[in-house]
Amino acid sequence: MSGFINIAYIVASVLFIYGLKMLGRADTARRGNLVSASGMSLAIVVTLLASGLGYVWIVVGLVVGSVIGVLAARTVQMTQMPEMVALLNGSGGLASLLVGWAEYARNPQADEFTAAAIFLAVLIGGVTFTGSLVAFGKLSGRIEGKPIQFTNQQLINIIILGGTVLIGIIFVLFPQTAFLLFLVAILAAMALGVLAVIPIGGADMPIVVSLLNSYSGLAASMAGFIIGNNVLIVAGSLVGASGLILTNIMCKAMNRSLANVLFSGFGAVATASTVKIEGEAKPITAEDAYFILEAASSVIFVPGYGMAVAQAQHAVRELADLLMANGAEVSYAIHPVAGRMPGHMNVLLAEANVPYEQLVEPDDVNPTMDVVDVAVVIGANDVVNPAAREDEGSPLYGMPIINVDDARTVFVLKRGMSAGFSGVENPLFFKENTRMLFGDAKDSLSTLVSEFKEALAA
Amino acid sequence: MTILLLFIFVLAIFLGVELIQKVPSQLHTPLMSGSNAISGITIVGAILAINVGGGFGTFLGVLALIFATINVVGGYLVTDRMLGMFKSGKGKS
Repeated sequence: MSGFINIAYIVASVLFIYGLKMLGRADTARRGNLVSASGMSLAIVVTLLASGLGYVWIVVGLVVGSVIGVLAARTVQMTQMPEMVALLNGSGGLASLLVGWAEYARNPQADEFTAAAIFLAVLIGGVTFTGSLVAFGKLSGRIEGKPIQFTNQQLINIIILGGTVLIGIIFVLFPQTAFLLFLVAILAAMALGVLAVIPIGGADMPIVVSLLNSYSGLAASMAGFIIGNNVLIVAGSLVGASGLILTNIMCKAMNRSLANVLFSGFGAVATASTVKIEGEAKPITAEDAYFILEAASSVIFVPGYGMAVAQAQHAVRELADLLMANGAEVSYAIHPVAGRMPGHMNVLLAEANVPYEQLVEPDDVNPTMDVVDVAVVIGANDVVNPAAREDEGSPLYGMPIINVDDARTVFVLKRGMSAGFSGVENPLFFKENTRMLFGDAKDSLSTLVSEFKEALAA
Repeated sequence: MTILLLFIFVLAIFLGVELIQKVPSQLHTPLMSGSNAISGITIVGAILAINVGGGFGTFLGVLALIFATINVVGGYLVTDRMLGMFKSGKGKS
């Protein structure tokens, strides 16, 4: 029987590999997810064939988990997707921690290799668990989004980390006598998860969640080492590696290193800028904005986190449809780190039925930005900040941005004049060709939509 | 046996790096939640921890199973829901 189970595990691993590969392409992504899900189902079903299992409790666990999982997946709103992924990730990390603990409880006489794997599963799982919870708190606004810093923060982290490593060594050498130390290690891992994420700002959470996703994969791999199970090792390390790649892609999009994201407390203090901002912001009414849009033959929308907050994606789509009916060319320029989640904007616009061919990346629109009549910035700030290009003293300097200031006219839909997440003033707002359309993005867009409709009806 | 497991681990890491090289940014969220669901594979470890004997290990195993199942079921469903929304303007699904 165990031969059969192992062959089924190989098949499941192949399905995971294919599934992940297909997930990376737009036209096969949905099928890829199904392929990976079938691999998971296969792995679960054949595992149930193992001897000596307590089926009653297994059924209880599967049913309770499924009910919660289904309810969560059905009811979550698309704008809350970042929080949802953080929570799911946290529960995966916790599960690996518990698997490690369970194996230790059953077999306190573990050999060195197994003890090391138990310790690492618990450590990585614990960090993933509490780190994801803090990320969830920051994303959902339950915890202050700004970096939380205190004196000697790095020192305290290093001390806890060093202590944990020390405990790890003792645990690996004398697992049977180190039960109390093991409990301390669990608490230390959880503390590390919290301490590692609180100094990171809300807008950097996409990178944090992606990195924690990678960790949860590694934790699963470690759980695989504990029980000598290949499918856990393969699936876990696939996730660990792909999560790191995704993290790296996002860091590059911001022109920052991972170390800078994790340790710099970016956005906590506004750095002195060398360039003085001149001019004043010029507000515009929705009525006047309508006349300019009505005459435009090419329009680019640049959404940011503000669009998610205002739930304005449907209003954007409606306005885009009217503009297209009016003969204008419309596209959406999506910055890779716009929003609170990699691809956050794409998901929201997809929810509003925007075809993905209309979504373009900064490199594709920047060269032709000067022939664009109107660029409409909806709740985006840092990703369109020209200081990233022009002001060497700016903390944003060097980050690739969408050059909306090259367009003939720029509308900025914004509640007020507050700075973006980075805490950096945005010279875009003071440029000659920029008009500020103040107010809730959704209300502003709805006004524009009704202006268009009235004009059509007349 | 130990060295074999490490061997598999290292090879799979390299495979994972090769697998995800160029991904369009629109797929970042689904890719993240989809791979997150795969990390729920620890569910297999949780099931194996629940043996007939019972005891504290089994109790931890049941807890692990609940959380791993949330990760797996929630992860796959939410990814499918997101990907179901991506539509092409060319008329094909």
